[in-house]
Amino acid sequence: MQNRAKFGVGIGVIVVAMSFLAWLGYGESKTYYHTIAEYQTLNALDRAHRMRLAGTVVDGSIKHSSGRVDFTLEEQGKTLPVSYVGSDPLPDTFVGKSQALVEGRPGPDGRFVAEHVQAKCASKYEAAPGGDKPTPSGATQQSSM
Amino acid sequence: MDVFGSFTLLLAFVCAVYAFIGGIAAIKTRHPLLVKSTRQAGIATCVLIFIATFAVEYLLFTDNFSQAYVVSHSNRDLSAFYKVAALWSGQEGSLLFWSFLLSVYIISVLIVYRNKNGELMPYVGVILAGVQIFFLTLNNFVENPFKTLAIVNANGVLEPFTRMDGNGLNPLLQYPEMVIHPPNLYSGYTGFTIPFAFALAALLARYPGEKWIHLTRKWTMVAWCFQSLGILLGAHWAYAVLGWGGYWGWDPVENASLLPWLTGTAFLHSVMMQEKRGMMKVWNVWLVFCTFLLCILGTFLTRSGVVSSVHAFANSHIGPWFVAFLGITLFVCFAAYVKNRDYLKSENMLDSMVSRESSFLFNNLLFLIACIAVLSGTLFPVFSEWFTNNRISVGAPFFNKIMIPIGLAILFLTGVGPLLAWRKTSADSLKRNFGWPLIVGLLGAVGAFFLGYRNGASLLCLFLCCFVFWTIVEEFYRGAKVIKARTGMSMMMSAHELSMRNTRRYGGYVVHFGMVLVFIGLAGAAFNSEAQKAMNIGDSMKLGPYTLVLQSADTKAEKNYTAQRMIVEVLKDNKQLMMLYPEKRQFQGTEQAAGTMVAIYSTLQDDLYVVYAGMDPEANVPVIHAFLNPLVKWIWLGGVWIVMGTLLALMPNRRAALGVATVPETSTSTVAQALTPGVTLREGHD
Repeated sequence: MQNRAKFGVGIGVIVVAMSFLAWLGYGESKTYYHTIAEYQTLNALDRAHRMRLAGTVVDGSIKHSSGRVDFTLEEQGKTLPVSYVGSDPLPDTFVGKSQALVEGRPGPDGRFVAEHVQAKCASKYEAAPGGDKPTPSGATQQSSM
Repeated sequence: MDVFGSFTLLLAFVCAVYAFIGGIAAIKTRHPLLVKSTRQAGIATCVLIFIATFAVEYLLFTDNFSQAYVVSHSNRDLSAFYKVAALWSGQEGSLLFWSFLLSVYIISVLIVYRNKNGELMPYVGVILAGVQIFFLTLNNFVENPFKTLAIVNANGVLEPFTRMDGNGLNPLLQYPEMVIHPPNLYSGYTGFTIPFAFALAALLARYPGEKWIHLTRKWTMVAWCFQSLGILLGAHWAYAVLGWGGYWGWDPVENASLLPWLTGTAFLHSVMMQEKRGMMKVWNVWLVFCTFLLCILGTFLTRSGVVSSVHAFANSHIGPWFVAFLGITLFVCFAAYVKNRDYLKSENMLDSMVSRESSFLFNNLLFLIACIAVLSGTLFPVFSEWFTNNRISVGAPFFNKIMIPIGLAILFLTGVGPLLAWRKTSADSLKRNFGWPLIVGLLGAVGAFFLGYRNGASLLCLFLCCFVFWTIVEEFYRGAKVIKARTGMSMMMSAHELSMRNTRRYGGYVVHFGMVLVFIGLAGAAFNSEAQKAMNIGDSMKLGPYTLVLQSADTKAEKNYTAQRMIVEVLKDNKQLMMLYPEKRQFQGTEQAAGTMVAIYSTLQDDLYVVYAGMDPEANVPVIHAFLNPLVKWIWLGGVWIVMGTLLALMPNRRAALGVATVPETSTSTVAQALTPGVTLREGHD
């Protein structure tokens, strides 16, 4: 066989094998993003997917109980009750009024069952705007991280 | 100082524009004074950026709370150490820091080559000025770090306002590694601008031969070293600070830092094909272009919020600027390539599947596939939304499925590649070079099996680690033996002498050894275990060979935070081993102000990683979460060897009295053949 053809076959085998693995990995881990408003209008088939939702944690809604943490997410006036059942400790930045990203599936009782919760961290940190805080001149105050 | 800083930034922008436009005129006219003045404008741009950066630090150190940036990222009680880090803890400051580090590289290039490479340098200067213009546009007009606070008074008029104190630095950033991780990573990102500028300049100027590769080799290695170190320090920070027990989560921002590293590593290998055989010229130029574009893309992903990440900067307006810059850069690269592609014709063809060339080819193919996989996985939410209206993300299983086999294949080539001859390798040579490494690899795998590491991928990884390790040992041994025979030096001294005579080659082997250590650490991830328990004082918990006993809890007040600390006794085989102190800190000045301090007992065998996870709400007792992570320490040790290897490769070769030749074209790379008396040493061609 010509050298060129040999290399072609070798490269082809690698590319096909990797594409197959990518397809398997995609099937195992694909997760749909939805807003809370979208989530509430999903049909039963779409609700079977693993999904990721973002929102602000309603202040005072975090309730710890054995084996789970319940809280409410809010986004554009819509709310969603969430139960976190994962084993990882919740991030330190997960507090009332913080932004959080939850990943999991809808539960039978209307609550969203999250296996992972991410809250704002390091480079995303932003001081909460308060009433006494002024704005920089000449520009709107922007989030800094 | 804020007005002064703002003014210097503006002046830097003006100088960069002059260096760019004047540089183009200098290329057209070749007027010596114009060439000189644009170079000096380039130097002035860098100096002005240095001054502006120091101005921000001055404002931070003097607690100037009339400044929005200082208020957002510092407070009075913040230690000096972290006030330095506050520069890159926010969007505006980190972009200025990008410009600062880029300027360090640019000023070095402009000064080092001020009287050299006269045909090439005006092109290089224009390209570097173009990159600076982009970042200075952001620094001046989009994310200016010198915004002052103002408040609307009773008459409805804006007036200056000074806060009593600042919001403080994010607690997660108040960790020593956060002071050194971003500078390393940014130094990697910015450093790849130099090989990019030289590659594009050589293409535009049709600069003869492979000289641009020789000129940029060391710059590329420096950038690569910083990038490697930055990635490892970032992983260590995530491990030691975030309290989740892991060091890599395939987060978009982590992926963004890996992308240019993958193409940069491919480039460091494939340049040897061009140097030795005049092959892969188009490939090399595009690898450099892609590495630079991926650096910009990484910066864009981190700051634009285009993909959700635990790290990404929020609510940013800079996305369109980055997209425009990426588009313009890609267009210029493509146009330059189309116009001058005949300049990049390959001089040779591949001769055999079993040759050094083919090992480089497959090495590059694997790095490229890895890069495409990571890039597509990272941007999957964006693309899926474009094409299907559904925003879909992929997680760790997707990345692991592809990256584990690729990593193992690259590890295999790490051992095989250096022992294959250029053009063609004989069967005899294969037997001679690979017999012992295979035996050592098998012994290593059997040993690992009996030690309990019984997982297919991990065993294969440990087999390959031992295999590669022995190929490296053999390479040093063969070379040192020849020097020992000629000089009578000890074996250790001969190995040292050997390394100093061809620093690039043997530095490369040391880097490979570092990668072996990293892979040993990664192989341990399959055996991680964890336990969690709500514990009263005196309660115990077992994890692997360790028993954890909660002895007591206390509270300590420091200047900038108050810590609630658990005192955990660690026992092994019923004997006291040590005390661990996991804690939670409540910081002052910030609103989301809690921080976790993990306590780690680290050995070569495993890490006992203990987190105080907070109070159990029902029992009102502390919850201790412990992880047992085997072999993690090897990853950090690998990082140290990678840096040492790169430093060795950066050193100039020592000229030996007996002289060293480059590897003969058709032989294996045995150093015995390379040590031919009377032949002058050529620097770094292996």
